Amino acid sequence: MNSSDLLFLLPELILLLAAVVVFALDLLDRDGSIKPSLPYVALAGLGLAALGLIPPAQALATQGGGRVVASTLTADTFAIFFQALAIMGVAIVILTAIPYMKGRTRYGGEFYGLLLVVTTAICFLVSASNLVMVYLGMEFLSIISYVLAGYLREDRKSGEAALKYFLYGSTASAVMLFGMSLLFGATGALDLQEIAATLAGSPAPDVVWLTLPAIILLLVGFGFKASLVPFHQWAPDTYEGAPTPITAMLSTASKAAGFAILMRAFAVTFGWTWQQWAILLTGVAVLTMTIGNLAALRQTNIKRMLAYSSIAQAGYILIGVVAVLADPARTFTGFNSVLIYLFAYVFTNTGAFAVVAAVETATGSAEIKTYAGLSQRTPWLAVLLFLFLISLAGIPPTGGFIGKFFVFGAAAQRQMWVLLAIAAVNTVVAAFYYLNVVRYMFFLPGEAGEEPIRVAAPLTGAIVLTAVVTLLLGLVPGPLIQWASNSAESLFPFLR
Amino acid sequence: MDNSALLTLIAFSPLVGAILVLLPLGKWLGWDKDKEARIIKYGALALSLLPLGLSLILWFGYDRALDGFQFEINRPWIQVLNVNYHLGVDGLSVPLIFLTTLLTTLSIWYSGRTIKTQVREFFFLFLLLEMGMLGVFVSLDLVLFYVFWEIGLVPMYFMIGIWGQPKDRPQYSAIKFFLYTLAGSVFMLLAIIAIYLNTGTFDMITAAELRPFAGNVVLSSLAFWAFFIAFAIKVPSWPLHTWLPDAHTAAPTAGSVILAGVLLKLGAYGIIRVTMPIFPEAIKRFGLVIVILGVISIIYGALVSLAQWDLKRLIAYSSVSHMGYVLLGVGAAALAIGVADQVESATMALNGAALQMFNHGIATGALFFLVGVIYERAHLRDLKMFGGLSSKTPYYYGLFAVTAFASLGLPGLAGFWGEFFVFRGAFDIVTIWAVIGIIGIVLTAAYILWKIIQYMFLGQYDPHKIEHWTDMETGADVHEPGDVVRFEKVTLWPLVFFMVLLGVLPAIILTFFNPTFLNLMTSFIAK
Repeated sequence: MNSSDLLFLLPELILLLAAVVVFALDLLDRDGSIKPSLPYVALAGLGLAALGLIPPAQALATQGGGRVVASTLTADTFAIFFQALAIMGVAIVILTAIPYMKGRTRYGGEFYGLLLVVTTAICFLVSASNLVMVYLGMEFLSIISYVLAGYLREDRKSGEAALKYFLYGSTASAVMLFGMSLLFGATGALDLQEIAATLAGSPAPDVVWLTLPAIILLLVGFGFKASLVPFHQWAPDTYEGAPTPITAMLSTASKAAGFAILMRAFAVTFGWTWQQWAILLTGVAVLTMTIGNLAALRQTNIKRMLAYSSIAQAGYILIGVVAVLADPARTFTGFNSVLIYLFAYVFTNTGAFAVVAAVETATGSAEIKTYAGLSQRTPWLAVLLFLFLISLAGIPPTGGFIGKFFVFGAAAQRQMWVLLAIAAVNTVVAAFYYLNVVRYMFFLPGEAGEEPIRVAAPLTGAIVLTAVVTLLLGLVPGPLIQWASNSAESLFPFLR
Repeated sequence: MDNSALLTLIAFSPLVGAILVLLPLGKWLGWDKDKEARIIKYGALALSLLPLGLSLILWFGYDRALDGFQFEINRPWIQVLNVNYHLGVDGLSVPLIFLTTLLTTLSIWYSGRTIKTQVREFFFLFLLLEMGMLGVFVSLDLVLFYVFWEIGLVPMYFMIGIWGQPKDRPQYSAIKFFLYTLAGSVFMLLAIIAIYLNTGTFDMITAAELRPFAGNVVLSSLAFWAFFIAFAIKVPSWPLHTWLPDAHTAAPTAGSVILAGVLLKLGAYGIIRVTMPIFPEAIKRFGLVIVILGVISIIYGALVSLAQWDLKRLIAYSSVSHMGYVLLGVGAAALAIGVADQVESATMALNGAALQMFNHGIATGALFFLVGVIYERAHLRDLKMFGGLSSKTPYYYGLFAVTAFASLGLPGLAGFWGEFFVFRGAFDIVTIWAVIGIIGIVLTAAYILWKIIQYMFLGQYDPHKIEHWTDMETGADVHEPGDVVRFEKVTLWPLVFFMVLLGVLPAIILTFFNPTFLNLMTSFIAK
């Protein structure tokens, strides 16, 4: 690794430095006076990291295409998109966490340091182009996530969430590692492009049969991170038990990272045989959408409902992956649909969980029936949650609609009519459980004598910010579409 | 003045109004509760007069001799997708825009006196709904059309769910309405995307010129059905009508008026505006299906109306029946696409369909207001409990009788001309089905005269049936029903005026429809 590589690692370095600063300040904090400002230090770190994305982006713009960094990472616009998305997502999660974690844990300082480390992990993972780095990135992200999921030590549900996540995740990682070992054994290479060249090239007919098993085994790991069926079973319990800001992070930034590495690994390593994984992923997408939506119908806890809704959303996003058409001249390229959908989804879902956090802090409950009469009690919270829910349902003029539009467009372009019909039916089914919450908020009376919910300033800021972005993406989606389309092009050379 | 801004003003002035209604100006300016309530009511009314005035400007500013769309504006919106902010009106849109703004203003006036809870939110939703409806009528870009179409769903959902009476199952009706319409819309979205992938544009006019999937039977049929099902749900056509009785019955009076008066027209408008020009071969291929669905809707709707004892539900089913005439006209015209010697009949059928749309909006809007009149007093709608009201509320009887006769299509009142033109046009094209459809008129007369007029107004008034009536002026409990009061008269007279005017001088509105539809049908011959 030479010194010019450091330019492309700037965001990760800034984030690590910020994390160290947060941990150090927390250690030095004897009387608890520094602790309240630690989240803001973390936010400053994230802001600097976001600025740190600019030099690599400019360097990539001048040279064009991607660039290998430290022989295990690839810096390209695809990676920068996800790094930016992760930084923004975690920043909003921190805003959500400030009032939520106060009073629930003694370890308030480390929490923000760990969130910065999670962001670093995501930054490494989305640019990984070497099997070892993929595994390291996944593990790095997962282990910190286990800790964060179980952060509320006094809460049994939090511990249960972390344990289930850990057990499931370790198994999934092990299976994924086995798949990686198959690829290494077959090709002797760890770099994704080299593996592709070896498998696709003529001297490897006797090991080519390992491709499909390797795809399936790698899918276990990626599917676990992106909560695809049948690797989703950890999600409802973990989302329900983890602290709500962490649930928000898991369902958005972590899932986005899972999709990023899934796309990169499959496109680069298996781009030459994309029909194999496209067919497989189509089946996974159908199962994911359907099971996610059907299970969500029965939920009475809003965090579990949003967990199953996240699973179903992953199904829609996967349609974009399946419907890939690697032609930059097209409007719908499949991969750009995924990026657009994920971007809108990160903001919408984080906003929804932010509202859940606000209500949970005030009422102590995450049951849907707690939301009865919310429109009378705290109108602005009800209206903004309504906005997030209809964005998730895909109703215009919201970012969620633009995401669905692009995913449907990509599938229509590939003439995947059956898949589209299933997705359309699922959209209607999903509208039912999203509107169920709206029904509680607006049509049912609350308990008498309820006080309006007071929401702390950072959380209010997070909710309003995500709402504005959600609406803005629906009204002026042009810039996002451009950015996503440009970023997705990084992977096209491998798919032709 | 550059007239391209007029449609933007018409479509978005309700949005400005909605936001103004929602702002807590009372809190900021220190008004007391009563003053604030009054300002909200009269303010909302004033804000709704703006689109009404603009639609009148549109009415008189539209040049009926010109071909094509007028007051057009076409600006890029999402350039990367080739989605444009393209608005324009023709002879079909202008009267429907006027109908929307008229019914909205009257509904807001009526609701000001009858909605007692969460008044501000009600007017906010109502104005937002108006924006959605007007947006659909002026959009000439498919994505824009879709966005406005969906925007129209949400306020109605809330109006039914929040202000519906508990015994009418408002939550069930609201979600049923929403999911049913959403299901159709999602498939419509897929068809819109398919058109884009085939032609590279979302513009309705360009797509009509480019004829996507022309020659491909399977794809054009699929795309056509995706659109048609979405529109047929809205119309509503049998067998996709089952959301309507629940939604209409559960909605508050003004909600039902707008639902029946305007929202149903969105479906028929969509068929004529979107599917006919863009998929002429496909709609001709399935024209007979449309005709048959129309005739079944007419007869089935009328028969089920005949069986109803709930006045509001009866009128709801009558909407299914009346919109069946619209489908019959559209289907007949569809079958005549490309047939040179049937152009006149097809134009007449479409004229009838459009006329029926407008007249049904006026008449059924008035009918729902009239139901509101009796419901506010008796708090029930059971026909068995009414009777002999002609002696107690003669003014109400008069207004109701005129509206009922307009609804059943008595010559001299508006409803006649719509049915007349539909049958005149359809008779030439689908004779047998037109003849079967005529039976519907007899059944309509039956449910209107027997069920409504006879059960409500004729016979002896029995004071023991309903012991408690509400007095509209004072809100007190009285023993006898009070006749219509001033605010109800103000609501109903404009509608009665139009029923009579259009019954005597249908040319006023036909001069809008005829050139547009003649051009449409002739354009299929030239190809």
